[in-house]
Amino acid sequence: MEIKLSIKNLDAYYGKNQVLKNISLDIPKNKVVAIIGPSGCGKSTFLRSLNRMHEVVGGTIKGEILLDGEDLTKTDPVLLRKRVGMVFQKPNPFPSMSIFNNVAAGLKLNGVRNKKQITPIVEKCLRQAALWEEVKNNLNDSGANISGGQQQRLCIARTLAVNPEVILMDEPASALDPISTTKIEDLIFELKKDYTIVIVTHNMQQAARVSDYTAFFYMGELIEFSDTKKMFTSPDKQQTEDYIRGRFG
Amino acid sequence: MRIHPRYTQRGAIAVLGGATLLTLLILAFIIFFILEKGLPGISLSFLTTNPTDMGRAGGIFPTLIGTIILPLLAIIIATPLGIFTSVYLSEYTKENKATRIIRFGTDCLAGIPSIIFGLFGYIFFVVTLGFGWSILSGGLTLAVMILPTIIRTSEEAIRAVPKSYREVSFSLGATSWQTVKKVILPNALPGIVTGIMLSIGRAIGETAAVIFTAGSSLRIPSSVFDSTRTMAVHFYILAREGISAENAYATAATLIIAVLIVNLSAYWLMHRFIAKRS
Repeated sequence: MEIKLSIKNLDAYYGKNQVLKNISLDIPKNKVVAIIGPSGCGKSTFLRSLNRMHEVVGGTIKGEILLDGEDLTKTDPVLLRKRVGMVFQKPNPFPSMSIFNNVAAGLKLNGVRNKKQITPIVEKCLRQAALWEEVKNNLNDSGANISGGQQQRLCIARTLAVNPEVILMDEPASALDPISTTKIEDLIFELKKDYTIVIVTHNMQQAARVSDYTAFFYMGELIEFSDTKKMFTSPDKQQTEDYIRGRFG
Repeated sequence: MRIHPRYTQRGAIAVLGGATLLTLLILAFIIFFILEKGLPGISLSFLTTNPTDMGRAGGIFPTLIGTIILPLLAIIIATPLGIFTSVYLSEYTKENKATRIIRFGTDCLAGIPSIIFGLFGYIFFVVTLGFGWSILSGGLTLAVMILPTIIRTSEEAIRAVPKSYREVSFSLGATSWQTVKKVILPNALPGIVTGIMLSIGRAIGETAAVIFTAGSSLRIPSSVFDSTRTMAVHFYILAREGISAENAYATAATLIIAVLIVNLSAYWLMHRFIAKRS
């Protein structure tokens, strides 16, 4: 099994406050890894450190994160984020841009201007995000005028357009209704053929449904990381079992 | 005694609505008063001929030129400086003691009476740098005067752009500068334009700072080193020295109409820009 991301002895801080303690885990290529744990356990910080978005909100990290063997803590964050894309908790299309321009935003930000080059990528990404059929006739409408679930798939298409290798998802369905959630989950299943996906979720059933591996974080520490089936049937640690069974958190 | 919420609600509507109405009435009264006194004096020849006998007769053509050129120069100098500074303060620095001191400084500058800027402009641009009473001295002084307003309004507009836009932009692999250029400035534009409009208004209406630095020559300027007179200064001199109340009002009315035209066309341009972009 090929390892896409290898995290070694990762510590993360906001100021003097340590939020991740000595995390080590390997994320296999073309698999979905779910990060679960109660609020404030450091799972979002962990996710953000994988494309160094923690820096944008003033966090610092120590340790190594290897992306295809190369330590990403030492590379240019701008180049890194083109390889490791991110989907946020709240659907956040640019409201002043059309659906088309939202998908093209990453390309345009990176200086691609040729419309002949952009148009096929936009269509391909909207298809990949399972949104093409719903919006193909109103690509010029504002990205804010579609439903929340459609907006989130639009944001996924926008992330795909930059052609990343890894996609990080921070509770991508927590603000959505059950039907939209199902669509996002189906989409994740499709996307893992081409991408490596790390998803943070509060929803235990969702982790069980979509992921191949699950990591349980508690108080900034990685308590358990294993095959999702094993995690949800016979976890090694009592703490994991208690959390999964809903006894705390 | 407890008053029923229905009545306090009615009371609130009456007070808030009344305040708004009063403000509008005062504004309408001022505009009506000036226009009523001034409009009869405005004619094509009033706008296009030179004044004679100190402005007692003739038109206001040179002051039209002065009124256009001085604020224009000030805006051309102050707008890029102000926007770049506000971008730097809000996007490239972390909130710390230094930025707070800079911000406090700009707020203080914005509150300084314009005559102080006039005095500074006179000492620095007119005398020390030797620009004399000129369009250049006046434009530079007005630029310094409106700079704090442009910086603070632009900064507010930039800060009002949701954080999530920045996050998305960074997560798509954009640099800070690309984020500023493609995401932040386009979304902050309406606020920035409002700040510039306020500044233009202030520059057009300014007298004290202009008399000290650009002088009050009634000749048509041929270079930026020539002195000039703006409509506001002309109005002030006509009224202050009792030269011609009639022409003073006509000048004031022209000034009000000019400000109105500038504002309307700026908003029209901005809305066209926004409509085109989305």
